[in-house]
Amino acid sequence: MEHKTDHKTVVEATINGEQVEFLCEPRQSLLEVLRDVLGMTGSKEGCLTGDCGACSVIIDGRSTCSCLVLGVEAEGHKIETIEGLANGAKLHPLQQKFLENASLQCGICTPGFLMSAKALLDHNPHPNEAEIRYALAGNLCRCTGYDKIVRAVLEASKGVAAKAA
Amino acid sequence: MAATTEGTHQFRVIGTRPIRHDGVEKVTGAARYGADYAFPGMLFGRVLRSPHAHANIKSINSDKARALPGVKAIVTAADLPELEDRIEQGGELPINLHHLSANILARGKVLYDGHAVAAVAATSPHIAEEALRLIEVDYEVLPPAMTVEDAMAPGAPILLPALRNKEDGPNKQTNVAAHIQFKRGDVKDGFSKADFVIERTFKTAMVHQGYIEPHNAVGIYNSDGHATIYCSTQGSFVVRSLSAAVLGIPEGKIRVVPAEIGGGFGGKTTIYLEPLSVLLSQKTGHPVKLTMNRAEVLRASGPTSGGTIRCKMGATKNGKIVAAEIWMAYEAGGFPGSPVPMGAMCIVAPYDIPNILIDAYDVVVNRPKTAAYRAPGATNAAFASETIINEIAEKCGIDQCDIRILNGAHEGTPQTAGPPYKRIGMIETVEAIKNSPHYKSKLEGKNRGRGMATGFWFNIGFQSSAMVNIHNDGTASVVTGSVDIGGSRASMAIITAEVLGLDVNDVRPLVADTDAIGYTDVTGGSRTTVATGLAVYEAAQDAVRQLKERAAKLWEKKPEEIEFNNGRLSASGNGVKPMSIKEITPRLGRTGGPITGRATVNARSVGPAFASTCVDVEVDPETGKVQILRATVAQDAGKAVHPSYVEGQMQGGTVQGIGWALNEEYFYDSKGILRNSGLLDYRMPTCLDLPMIETCIVEVPAPGHPIGSRGVGEVSIVPPPAAVANAIARAVGVRMTELPMSPGRVLKAILHKEGAAQASAAAD
Amino acid sequence: MHAINYEAPKTLKDAVALLAQYGEKARPLCGGTDLIIQLRAGVRRPDHVVDVKKIPELSQISFDLTKGLRLGAAVAAIEIYENADLRQYYPGLTEAAHLIGSNQIQSRASVGGNLCNGSPAADTTPALIALGAKCRVVGPKGERIVAAENFCTAPGRTVLQPGEILVEFQIPAPAAHSSDAYLRFIPRNEMDIAVVGVGTSVTLDLDEERCTDARIALAAVGPTPIFANKASDWLEGKKLDTATIDRAAKLAVEQSSPIDDMRGTAEFRRHLVGVLTKRTLLIAAERAREA
Repeated sequence: MEHKTDHKTVVEATINGEQVEFLCEPRQSLLEVLRDVLGMTGSKEGCLTGDCGACSVIIDGRSTCSCLVLGVEAEGHKIETIEGLANGAKLHPLQQKFLENASLQCGICTPGFLMSAKALLDHNPHPNEAEIRYALAGNLCRCTGYDKIVRAVLEASKGVAAKAA
Repeated sequence: MAATTEGTHQFRVIGTRPIRHDGVEKVTGAARYGADYAFPGMLFGRVLRSPHAHANIKSINSDKARALPGVKAIVTAADLPELEDRIEQGGELPINLHHLSANILARGKVLYDGHAVAAVAATSPHIAEEALRLIEVDYEVLPPAMTVEDAMAPGAPILLPALRNKEDGPNKQTNVAAHIQFKRGDVKDGFSKADFVIERTFKTAMVHQGYIEPHNAVGIYNSDGHATIYCSTQGSFVVRSLSAAVLGIPEGKIRVVPAEIGGGFGGKTTIYLEPLSVLLSQKTGHPVKLTMNRAEVLRASGPTSGGTIRCKMGATKNGKIVAAEIWMAYEAGGFPGSPVPMGAMCIVAPYDIPNILIDAYDVVVNRPKTAAYRAPGATNAAFASETIINEIAEKCGIDQCDIRILNGAHEGTPQTAGPPYKRIGMIETVEAIKNSPHYKSKLEGKNRGRGMATGFWFNIGFQSSAMVNIHNDGTASVVTGSVDIGGSRASMAIITAEVLGLDVNDVRPLVADTDAIGYTDVTGGSRTTVATGLAVYEAAQDAVRQLKERAAKLWEKKPEEIEFNNGRLSASGNGVKPMSIKEITPRLGRTGGPITGRATVNARSVGPAFASTCVDVEVDPETGKVQILRATVAQDAGKAVHPSYVEGQMQGGTVQGIGWALNEEYFYDSKGILRNSGLLDYRMPTCLDLPMIETCIVEVPAPGHPIGSRGVGEVSIVPPPAAVANAIARAVGVRMTELPMSPGRVLKAILHKEGAAQASAAAD
Repeated sequence: MHAINYEAPKTLKDAVALLAQYGEKARPLCGGTDLIIQLRAGVRRPDHVVDVKKIPELSQISFDLTKGLRLGAAVAAIEIYENADLRQYYPGLTEAAHLIGSNQIQSRASVGGNLCNGSPAADTTPALIALGAKCRVVGPKGERIVAAENFCTAPGRTVLQPGEILVEFQIPAPAAHSSDAYLRFIPRNEMDIAVVGVGTSVTLDLDEERCTDARIALAAVGPTPIFANKASDWLEGKKLDTATIDRAAKLAVEQSSPIDDMRGTAEFRRHLVGVLTKRTLLIAAERAREA
């Protein structure tokens, strides 16, 4: 199989707290790098136009569509993906509340929602329903109608806030 | 929030809300969907698609593409066998194999913008994409027919020269693939007895299921002639049989491994990429992964029909509907097979109407071939009938719930097609809405209105297989062939745990591939909990039978003397100490070997589903924008096995229905090119567009099912467009007869009404 | 996507040199929320992509009550929204930035990129025009200033010549009793491109209760964003009552030239220009009274 290595660049970034080095072509998005180069398939492709949020990751603390970031742009930045949300075997409160509230049916949008919700709670630990809906408007779900997702984030925020208190 | 529950059977596990067994993988990103698979040496495929809505293919030249470094194979329809015009049962709807093959790779002619013409396999998806640009196709462009009216008009461009229908006979080329009629009583007589008659023409737009995960398939062809397909599908057995037919190889040579699936709603009960992945793998000697991007999903998978419905209903001044006459034509897309027959069967199904006449037409148009979308055909139909019923209610001065109760179908009411209803929960769902906190609350404020509607879907049964393995440690695993699209694994574990008397977390549910489990029909048609649940129930009972036989051996009794209750085996008599499953499993080897319970079913009498939905809206009269303030859905689930996931189906269907009502539609330009092939302009609701969705699970057990469950997956999508239209009518006094009720259309109706009011005021 | 080369210059001088060297074969990359989509769709096929996010002048925000605002072209929308001074003194610009799209989009999309993409529907452009923003452009031949309303020349095209970069916006300090507002109409509640957008700023003489200055700008109703100068000029010296607001709205409608497309008919858009002009005037006036 042929590879055109003369187009590829070495990129260094911090992914889920670890220093990672990867090789990619400039035209490969961060989403492709995560999925096809690093084998981290938790972030999903839904639209490639930033309209569905299934590829959401957190870059330098901000929720971002990884399909609209080139892999080469990740150089020197701090990236968090769904694979790093749990603390080893201990689920993040958001993950736990999603399970308890049946906030997923097919589950394809779930990683994106969890990362967007985490970014929200990291900035605003006490969001109300309207703030949650605004913050998650960039994540589409076609299965749940969003009700149980919003409830899970509300519950998780109470837990997170309680922990911080 | 459950409402009425009939029947007094107390379940221990059924009806509880355990965390789903596959939950942790799904919230940690570890679950493997079809596009997540990778294999050593895997190549990437992409499909070349027609840029024309209607054209003859004069030639295809892929020399330049083949020369691009990294390109390993290119295929067209010439690489597939030509199939006869034959109907097969596939998924939820019957499939013509000749058309199916031509849809997968166009044969001589392209019938819609996005129709597949060739497929390429290359060492990277980018190279494959660049290769598509180098394939030269010579098209002879033809005029398109984009609507049912265009296609049915005299002199319309003919899409399929060989297509005929019974009425027009063997010599007439046509775009009308079928005419179906349902009749009961005498509508002329019925209308003559009516105190008033309301007739309107409705138009609905083509909409897409909108699953977030695009189609995918990884095909691996082995040199021994066997192939494996990994894909996200609602029906691995359908993928096997249809792919085998399209490729012209025996079914037994293909094993389909269902990946996790990121939504389907009916759209993934057929095939697009799967046979291409095997074909390209065969040509290259490598595994080949094909995926669609979002534009391809919208352009070239299977949306559902738009169309036109003329609905006429007559009623007495007491609100009793005496006659209904309907003319409906649905877009089939480039090949026949719209869900117009189902639409016809559903349109007045919730009601006891003595005289009906329904004429339904399946019409080919230059749009993608339609596929099933959650209660296919019923939502379009209900938009027409349920808004007219509200007009009747208003004319009679009857509450919108009461008119539905007055006319509601019940046990013994004739169905449009099929035997009379058995015990159903239609009226109960309307009563649940009527008694809901939502309906009882006051709706105050300007430009606000409350509307409700009722929908029907007949659910399917069909075939399922299941196995229950009893393990040495007293736990169990339950294996089925039903892809888990919404949490059904948990329900299978619940049913197994109920029968075996185990803790639900001691039962592990698995979804097996097409060699590992017996034939199983699709996860769709609201059949999984009912039919596969039935198979699981019976497989677990089979395991219990075998456990009793082993206990009988150990206790030197007859199997009929052994009792099994809540996981404990016992018998009357001295020296018989009751045993739990955990206690007997160490002794299975001695008494005959491991225990596997098994069952296969072809579920016949399944309970149909009814849902009633109420929405409150606020309309901005200056812009026509409609906000959903509150929504409640009541649905008869028979018996909810896992109430959280039943609620989830109800909420999800309601929100899809709201999207269908407000903003979703396909925009084609005058050349038949799709203008909104992305999620920016194919507008599905975001969470900011919605309130919480209140649910009310009504439980009227389905007769003939051991648990009493009815299928729940589909019907909740049926009422919302009509409910929203009814609410808009009450909010701002305009009757919408076209979907979607997007702001421009609503504003136009408001201004038209104001203009008419001003004109008549000026005239006074 | 076709093969591209990527470079990320660290100084303005280097960036200008690269862009001048590559000419039409290069495209600057900022937030990427428009460009990456265009590259994938094959709508733009540059050989080179020049990342401008590492250039310090493009990433600065500096605000002073007397000097006004200097807003770097590459500043992400979310940073505008999170800046307390900008929220207070330029609420219209801030709300336009906050409407650009989802949180995910706002973390990347920039006001400069939005303008340079040249879409007539860009949300932040009317807000910039309403504020009288000036665009500082730097190129191989030196610097120039372009008024925001003159920056876009046709759908997808701007005044930028090969080698030129938009560096920053210069926005006047807010006068006493002046404020701005931006509203757009979309069919959903987020995530849509504006069917119509209106950005308005007003300055009031509270003693006389008259409007001393007004600027109204329109998005998505012409081949470029439109400065509705006739409506704006007409409002000068007028009392902002129902009759004047209605008239200003009518004048704004007259300056719009929308087309029919899948996001709306021309008729619908004209109607919305009137509605949103009225609504933004009322909001800007109320904010101006309190400012």
